[in-house]
Amino acid sequence: MQTLIIACGALAREVLALIELNGWQHMELSCLPADLHLRPEKIPDAVEAAVEAARGRYEQIFVAYADCGTGGLLKARCDALGVDMISGPHCYSFFEGNEAFTARGEVTSFYLTDFLARQFDAFVWRPMGLDKHPELRDMYFGNYEKLVYLAQTEDESLTAAATLAAQKLGLKFERRFTGYGDLSSSLGALPH
Amino acid sequence: MSDEEDDLILDELSDEDLVLQMHDDLYDGMADEIDEAVRILLKRNWLPYDILTKSLVEGMRIVGIDFRDGILFVPEVLLAAGAMKKGMGILKPLLIETGAPQLGKMVIGTVKGDIHDIGKNLVAMMMEGAGFEVIDLGINNPVEDYIDALKRENADILGMSALLTTTMPYMKVVIDTMKEQGIRDDYIVLVGGAPLNEEFGKAIGSDAYCRDAAVTVETAKEFMARRHNQL
Repeated sequence: MQTLIIACGALAREVLALIELNGWQHMELSCLPADLHLRPEKIPDAVEAAVEAARGRYEQIFVAYADCGTGGLLKARCDALGVDMISGPHCYSFFEGNEAFTARGEVTSFYLTDFLARQFDAFVWRPMGLDKHPELRDMYFGNYEKLVYLAQTEDESLTAAATLAAQKLGLKFERRFTGYGDLSSSLGALPH
Repeated sequence: MSDEEDDLILDELSDEDLVLQMHDDLYDGMADEIDEAVRILLKRNWLPYDILTKSLVEGMRIVGIDFRDGILFVPEVLLAAGAMKKGMGILKPLLIETGAPQLGKMVIGTVKGDIHDIGKNLVAMMMEGAGFEVIDLGINNPVEDYIDALKRENADILGMSALLTTTMPYMKVVIDTMKEQGIRDDYIVLVGGAPLNEEFGKAIGSDAYCRDAAVTVETAKEFMARRHNQL
């Protein structure tokens, strides 16, 4: 069944890796800009536009987003559009596995994924103005205790980047290998 | 900044120009300049309350409008808030000595599971600036903390804040517990935070959703006035 995956740009590498790994030749990927996460209220409209633009050209469309700060609005929109999406609050949760993530109940951890470790400056440091005003760091991160790097791949350079990010934020560092977690099972469960 | 502005001597400005300059300096997050200007106005025998309202609160109100309109972003607002905090640090002890209108008392904190307190801190500061006494419970508050503080402090207003969509439903837990205890209507309940909206505020049984610090102040004043009229 010809399937389009409409994904957050922060998941592009991971979705492509899964397609290649599993030989899912029936899947195509279309990404929305990852920086929509800076304005999550814009995600439902952007997803709807992408779904409508692709409608009719695929037998199946799947939205590779979790709730991602939309407060249930993305789920409601996907339901109205008749397309499925990934369960869970955000990618940190579904990479670790939604059940495991919830069970941890971590409140004071700041998370990075492979994408965010790679793009820390562009998606965290600079948008928060910390490149120009490092004195703001503790206003943002003073209540966090550790940075948890949820690693999708074994990549020493990303672990080094995440370690450096933790140092810049003044947080303890922990690395957890998650692999692709519920992203893999969600895509794998789609009818072929 | 131009050389001309570098050479600006605050003490040589008229009161009116100095207050306008303070609005600019707050906008630019210039804490040292705000500190200096507050001291100059005190030396000119301004009442601390007037300095607070006419320079700092008004300056932050302008910052709030431009934040709402997408002209300023969070880093700039934080810098402005830091500058206001510096000015308030000088004025706070003096306000207690010289007296200032007390509009009411608010208990505020982020909900259980949520440690993001930037918005809550801005609201607390603006509420204090507007003449409310603020009891700040900090972060990650379970329902008992809110209810104990409301009773202990004989507060008028409960303010709850959440940044995460996973923690915002806890506001309903607090409100439902207040209902169970028969104390819900004893307090004005205001809620806020980036993922919230008016619909959510209504659905959980709050009195109002406040989209930013300035709106919180106005909403709190309005509810306190209504309450006063009922007495």
